Amino acid sequence: MQTTQSSTLTTQQLPQLHEARNEGMPLDLDWVMAVQANTSAIERRAQTLPGRRSVKKDYQAAWLCKAVSLMDLTTLSGDDSEGRVRRLCAKARQPVSQHILEALGMEGLTTGAICVYHDMVATAVDALQGTNIPVAAVSTGFPAGLSPFHLRIAEIGDSVAAGAQEIDIVISRRHVLTGNWQALYDEMREMRAACGDAHVKAILATGELGTLRNVARASLVCMMAGADFIKTSTGKEPVNATLPVTLTMIRAIRDYQDRTGIKVGYKPAGGISKAKDALVYLSMIKDELGDRWLQPDLFRFGASSLLGDIERQLEHHVTGAYSAQWRHAIG
Amino acid sequence: MTIKEIFDTMDYGPAPESSAEALAWLADRGGIAGHYINGKWGALRDDFATTNPATGVKLAGVTKGTADEVALAVAAARKAQPAWAKSGHKRARVLYAIARLMQKHSRLLAVMETLDNGKPIRESRDIDVPLAIRHFYHHAGFAQLMKAELPDRAALGVCGQIIPWNFPLLMLAWKIAPALAMGNTVVLKPAEYTPLTAMIFAEICTEAGVPPGVVNIITGDGETGAALVESDVDKIAFTGSTEVGRKIREATAGSGKALSLELGGKSPYIVFEDADLDSAVEGLVDAIWFNQGQVCCAGSRLLVQEGIADKFYTKLKSRMDGLRIGDPLDKCIDVGAIVDPVQLAQITKMVDANTEGEIYQTKAPEGCFYPPTLITGLSPASTLMQEEIFGPVLVATTFRTPSEAVEIANNTRYGLAASVWSENINLALDIAPKLVAGIVWINGTNMMDAAAGFGGVRESGFGREGGWEGLAGYTKPKGTHKPLEKIEAFTTQDGHPADPLDRTAKLYIGGKQSRPDGGYSNPVFSPRGKLLGHTSVANRKDIRNAVEACNAAKGWSKTTGHLRAQILYYIAENLSARTDEFATRINNMTGKRSGADEVETAIRTLFTYAAWADKYDGQAHGVPIRGVALAMKEPVGTIGVLCDDAAPLAGLVNAMAPAIAMGNRVVLVASEPFPLAASDFYQVLETSDVPAGVVNIITGSHAQLAPTLAKHLDIDAIWSFSSTDLSAQIEKASAGNLKRTWVNNGQALSPTTKEYLTAATEVKNIWIPYGE
Repeated sequence: MQTTQSSTLTTQQLPQLHEARNEGMPLDLDWVMAVQANTSAIERRAQTLPGRRSVKKDYQAAWLCKAVSLMDLTTLSGDDSEGRVRRLCAKARQPVSQHILEALGMEGLTTGAICVYHDMVATAVDALQGTNIPVAAVSTGFPAGLSPFHLRIAEIGDSVAAGAQEIDIVISRRHVLTGNWQALYDEMREMRAACGDAHVKAILATGELGTLRNVARASLVCMMAGADFIKTSTGKEPVNATLPVTLTMIRAIRDYQDRTGIKVGYKPAGGISKAKDALVYLSMIKDELGDRWLQPDLFRFGASSLLGDIERQLEHHVTGAYSAQWRHAIG
Repeated sequence: MTIKEIFDTMDYGPAPESSAEALAWLADRGGIAGHYINGKWGALRDDFATTNPATGVKLAGVTKGTADEVALAVAAARKAQPAWAKSGHKRARVLYAIARLMQKHSRLLAVMETLDNGKPIRESRDIDVPLAIRHFYHHAGFAQLMKAELPDRAALGVCGQIIPWNFPLLMLAWKIAPALAMGNTVVLKPAEYTPLTAMIFAEICTEAGVPPGVVNIITGDGETGAALVESDVDKIAFTGSTEVGRKIREATAGSGKALSLELGGKSPYIVFEDADLDSAVEGLVDAIWFNQGQVCCAGSRLLVQEGIADKFYTKLKSRMDGLRIGDPLDKCIDVGAIVDPVQLAQITKMVDANTEGEIYQTKAPEGCFYPPTLITGLSPASTLMQEEIFGPVLVATTFRTPSEAVEIANNTRYGLAASVWSENINLALDIAPKLVAGIVWINGTNMMDAAAGFGGVRESGFGREGGWEGLAGYTKPKGTHKPLEKIEAFTTQDGHPADPLDRTAKLYIGGKQSRPDGGYSNPVFSPRGKLLGHTSVANRKDIRNAVEACNAAKGWSKTTGHLRAQILYYIAENLSARTDEFATRINNMTGKRSGADEVETAIRTLFTYAAWADKYDGQAHGVPIRGVALAMKEPVGTIGVLCDDAAPLAGLVNAMAPAIAMGNRVVLVASEPFPLAASDFYQVLETSDVPAGVVNIITGSHAQLAPTLAKHLDIDAIWSFSSTDLSAQIEKASAGNLKRTWVNNGQALSPTTKEYLTAATEVKNIWIPYGE
């Protein structure tokens, strides 16, 4: 009886909403070339948003819990080991201390996913057994995406076979920088096909695309080629997720939905490390795309240090006292 | 709601800013807003109430200033002014101190502003207060630099300043900072609805060491304002409605008081098909839903290129749905309360009276709130496309081509601001100069800064606030003028002709010599009674024809400075060839021997403005964005001039040369007693490649022609150097279209070159944010 209740709760927290998957569409170059992105105006919107939106008290606590549920808890380091990944998976199961979650009435909260390199997929899948937490694998020669194409495609297959439910591919930045949209489309199409039933997130590496106009156009081409998610960054570029880039990408998502009826997900990654930043991102998604996107099937934070700050804020909410980092379990 | 429930709904929830400190501030001071005169408070009376529009609760009692109290304040300002004007550096220190203190009290100012006005705390905290502070910092610099950079300019004296309720503190800063920087003292009247931040500011003045009498604040209503206009001040600076502006123009006519008016608008917001549409939609949020649309420069008239209109409207409506309207003290609110139920009723009435187009409205809470509204499918002929609503109501129409966009945009009595959205730099930079407005934002809206002038043309008023160009409104040329005696024409009963061969002096209109409409001529006699000739007596229809000729010559305003310089040199060359003839003519008319000198002066003047024609450069203002604000010098348009009576040739050229050098077209009314040099000058113009209609010369009675010129709705400025006392009449009649006036008030002016150039140009600030 208790088990049933508990599983119901988990289901509620990670609603398995079923949107039609993005099957993509033929490359529409007229549309791609008509896309505009005015950098100054986009920056102004991004700059003023934190002053326009504010969530306080219980609302803030609830929003921070939401941020946790939307988090792809990530480790992508050369020194990752099995032990390190198991530790992170344990943190994904119990991202916030049980007593804090109880005080908030948010027992059963988990992160949205775990995100690792291919070699760690099997370990993560094993460590997360019995949960609904999917494992995402970065792939296709992450982060540069410059290994031989057949190896990149093969890598996707291997990760899916190892149990990854989500594949974060990197695009060839040079196709964007040279305006070879057809090549970008074809590459993305093939990667999408290689993913099979696993969902594919297209990492644009926006910090290397030069302009927001390129970001907007690349977003659109990847969606046309069937990306389930578009994602800002590998976390390895000099500039990763920013609010202007986010605004540009989610407006492309909105246009794609207006045209096709299909909802594509969004994942900012890298550079979001403060609870306050997470709230601003959530406001931006809520205001520009709508509440439906505030669910893990359509939005994820790619983050490694964000959780720690959120935990401190949540403890502060519960106790009224500012918290300390060492009071919270590391991942 | 439990956290779990919020987790599911992801609502924003309340995020209130506390009003406790601001309310305590008011309570500590007896809950009364009143006068601050000569550095002291009083009188303080509860004559009427100021309320929080969001709740209807009374915030404080307000003292209604009487004419006597206004006079006391003006006297205090008068007494303090000479000492205040002495040291720019001392003024800079005080202005800097004001800025610092405003920063220290910034949250108190922001909360008080929101309580009093109903604007969202986000706006008062992030926009109004920081911009006001920036104004004082920036003008501290102007005070410091005045002596070195404006050596020929002096303070006006005492400035009466009347400000509106939509940006109470910001407008106060825009008025007080430049006035103080230039050595003026002020008497400022805050708006009836919103006097409270001015009270905090008065305290800041005391703390900043502003000498007593330098800043005086008088609270009250329209009657108090009228008393200030009538009082012994040297200038009235007014921001508010065009209706009241017009009354002030009439009231100050002929008084010699300087005047600047920053009035209403119906600013176009033009979206081309290649624009970043999402950004353009977001821009509209800042254009028309900023401060509930109660913004004089609000982009209230949306013009969308036809092919993208439906798509754009869909995006816009969806954005409107996301606007949060409600408690202005909530930090998560986009649209607050309308300032007063009277304004709410006015907005409601205007929108309800509209029967055209399709209306889209979101929801507003009960009380003094009006929902964000979009009315599409209107045409330029619709009332709501022409009249200022001053509320959160956007009206929209479509256009097909860039030139049609410009045509619709300029189809208005106003000319304050405009926005242009396009990713095509050629298109955007082509459209911006063509828009009749004082401010143009490219891919942006409502950008303002102390370093860039703000102000309009047409019935949006005249004068600029901010930037170097704004300082002209708070200074005057150094030196004094002598009274101007009326110069009468010589008369005789039985004059014989000096030259038996009759020469017919007609009027010069549209490049042709034409007979006067009335068919009358006047004889012109020499001092000894010789008949020198006849001149045509022009009437109102000749003025009409001359203005139409000016309109037909609009192309002149688009010519290059180089071309205009060449033509001015050519006029000088042709005049020089006929020096003796003109010198004789002048001597014969005036009976003096200064003719040759006068011709020489006229030639020098022509050279001077030929020189300036391609050198009176605009500026690139250093505004705090990634981008520039280009302060472009543009011609005023059509200028009517009553020329100097004493110098029949040089007086005419003094006005004509700077006017046409800057690209204006002119209607010159020649010296009334000595008109024949002007009519001789037709031939010089005809041989000098001056395009038809650029210069039109009329002869006749100044007193009879001045009212027609001053009332004419298609003349943009009127200058009078006439020895007939017409200044009051001209300024009063100019209120019709609020044309710029430059009158002598019975003084013999000797304007500097820069004064002429300033009068012959408008400064348009084109904001160009950039970045890819």
